[in-house]
Amino acid sequence: MLEIKNLHVSLEEEDKAILKGVDLTVEAGKVHAIMGPNGSGKSTLSYVLSGRDGYVVTDGSVALKGEDLLEMEPEERAAAGLFLAFQYPVEIPGVGNMTFLRTAVNAQRKARGEAEMSATEFLKDIRAKAKELKIDAEMLKRPVNVGFSGGEKKRNEILQMAMLEPAMCILDETDSGLDVDAMKLVADGVNALRSEGRGFLVITHYQRLLNHIKPDVVHIMSDGKIVKSGGPELALEVEENGYADILAEVA
Amino acid sequence: MAHPAQKQDPLEARLAAHAMPEGAAWAREAREDALSRLRAMGGLPGKRDEYWKFTDPTTLNLPEPPRAQCFVTDESAPFAEIDRLRIVFVDGVFDAEASDDLALEGVEIERLSDAQARDIHWARDAYGELETRGQSPVTRAHAALNTALAQDGVVIRVTGRPSKPINLTYLHKSEVSDAILHHLVKVEPGAEVTILENGPAAARFSKVMEVEVADDARFHHIRLQGRDHERRAATHMFARLGARSSYKSFTMTVNGVLTRNEQVVEFTGNEAIAHIAGAALGDGKDAPFHHDDTVFVTHDATDCESRQVFKKVVRNGAEGVFQGKILVKKDAQRTDGYQLSQALLLDDNASFQAKPELEIYADDVQCSHGSTTGAIDEEALFYLRSRGVPEDEATDLLVLAFLAEAIDEIEDESLRADILTRLQAWLDRHRG
Repeated sequence: MLEIKNLHVSLEEEDKAILKGVDLTVEAGKVHAIMGPNGSGKSTLSYVLSGRDGYVVTDGSVALKGEDLLEMEPEERAAAGLFLAFQYPVEIPGVGNMTFLRTAVNAQRKARGEAEMSATEFLKDIRAKAKELKIDAEMLKRPVNVGFSGGEKKRNEILQMAMLEPAMCILDETDSGLDVDAMKLVADGVNALRSEGRGFLVITHYQRLLNHIKPDVVHIMSDGKIVKSGGPELALEVEENGYADILAEVA
Repeated sequence: MAHPAQKQDPLEARLAAHAMPEGAAWAREAREDALSRLRAMGGLPGKRDEYWKFTDPTTLNLPEPPRAQCFVTDESAPFAEIDRLRIVFVDGVFDAEASDDLALEGVEIERLSDAQARDIHWARDAYGELETRGQSPVTRAHAALNTALAQDGVVIRVTGRPSKPINLTYLHKSEVSDAILHHLVKVEPGAEVTILENGPAAARFSKVMEVEVADDARFHHIRLQGRDHERRAATHMFARLGARSSYKSFTMTVNGVLTRNEQVVEFTGNEAIAHIAGAALGDGKDAPFHHDDTVFVTHDATDCESRQVFKKVVRNGAEGVFQGKILVKKDAQRTDGYQLSQALLLDDNASFQAKPELEIYADDVQCSHGSTTGAIDEEALFYLRSRGVPEDEATDLLVLAFLAEAIDEIEDESLRADILTRLQAWLDRHRG
């Protein structure tokens, strides 16, 4: 599904290397988790994959379903099936949540040469999915993320994911700022989307989200590289001993 | 006294280009009075006038207007979907053929020249009256010039609640036309009317509309200023508001090498409201764009609410100007005044100048004003794109979001939808 090979990335403005050779393959149907200390490059990886400005790829490649992801504009990546759940979802005053989502769904369909979703079809779909995530009609009408609590913003990200039905989902620190109940709601939303054709990359600092979203593979990232990969037990090891032990072991 | 004398030269040249229309004695007097007031205020404004600091009046002062090409479009006429009474002017001249019959229940409509030909007419007390009041404390020479020289116009007296809006359409067919229109609107106590205006009007367009809104009366105004790139316009709305009355005006402007829209609104009765809003979009790519909103609201009554919301979207060298003032007189207690002027600069070449002013003499008032200039929010743009919305479409969404607060001032849903359709069409034509 997603193949990252020897990815090197620097900041555009200050010529500072952030990613120093990331190799990672996420297969369809699998959930991979990336853990790592602050500043290890986890979020940068998610930004570069989604096509955010400000980064320069100095070496390596990324393919999504065999296509060169790095050549694509952000909207083309989305249409190709990539979705990033933002760590800090952006507030957009004046743009209704519903208008935004319908524009996005239909823009992606159009880009893929599919028929647009009718207003009634869309309404029915979004209402059902919003209900699952305990997002009320009022929240759908409000401007995108404006006045939403931290938990509401994250649930709104998952709602977008559910509506856009991407092939490859990246969750960037989706657990940050969530209490236990909100985290469970978000995790349930993600688990409902798990399917054979879909890959997940869950970026997190703490193990607790992984209690709810069970990963198939856990990677530890440090200083711009994946330094260790293993099964779910690796996350528990981090939880018990912190990153220092693992990093010392691989150093 | 050398200074005013120097400034009179362009005025005399301008006056020589137009004949003062005939009319009854009172009409002639009102026009002569406007002319002497105009001379007393020192003639037409110059570049150094404080009130014209951000807008160069030179081409408005010239005896003949610079040539302005007529824009050809296959787009449907604005307000076409709305049942309305159409009054059409071609290059500033009333076109009876193209207009509807001027009969509508609850309203009396006449051509200005017909009203001014009669010895006894309500227009006798109204013609130039609010314009004269609006000359203080700031002079508005082009409005006085208009009162003196107006070639055509309509007088509208609203006595009830007409079943449909009155639509003044200004067609532009001659590249050298110099149109001067003067309208009077009198909304009698408890009456209500909606006036729609649209069209590029002429190569150069001077328009004054004097609006008397009596106690408990309501006046709605939606204006679409198009569209021809090289047209010039200096327009004035003068309004006086009675007790518990309502005045709501929204203007959308697209294109135009020079537009100066002045609104002068005075509260004289308690508990009235005035909402004045504008959305202007300019792209300097095809022709220069300069748009100036100049607003003066005087609170001279208690418990009144005024609201100004002006938004501008500019790129490719397009220029936006806002001069807005709220004056709260000593006894205008419990005034609620709000003023917002914002510009969205779509590139580094566009500009916006704002001069917001509050002058308050009453002690129990709520007045706020804000003015901002900014670019498209890159974070929001990336967020939209990351969800699959192409960059052009995402930019349009953000532009419409920026304009929303002004457009929301349009109460009527079908009119609001019509304006949004036009906006979208403009955005589609001006991609990137």
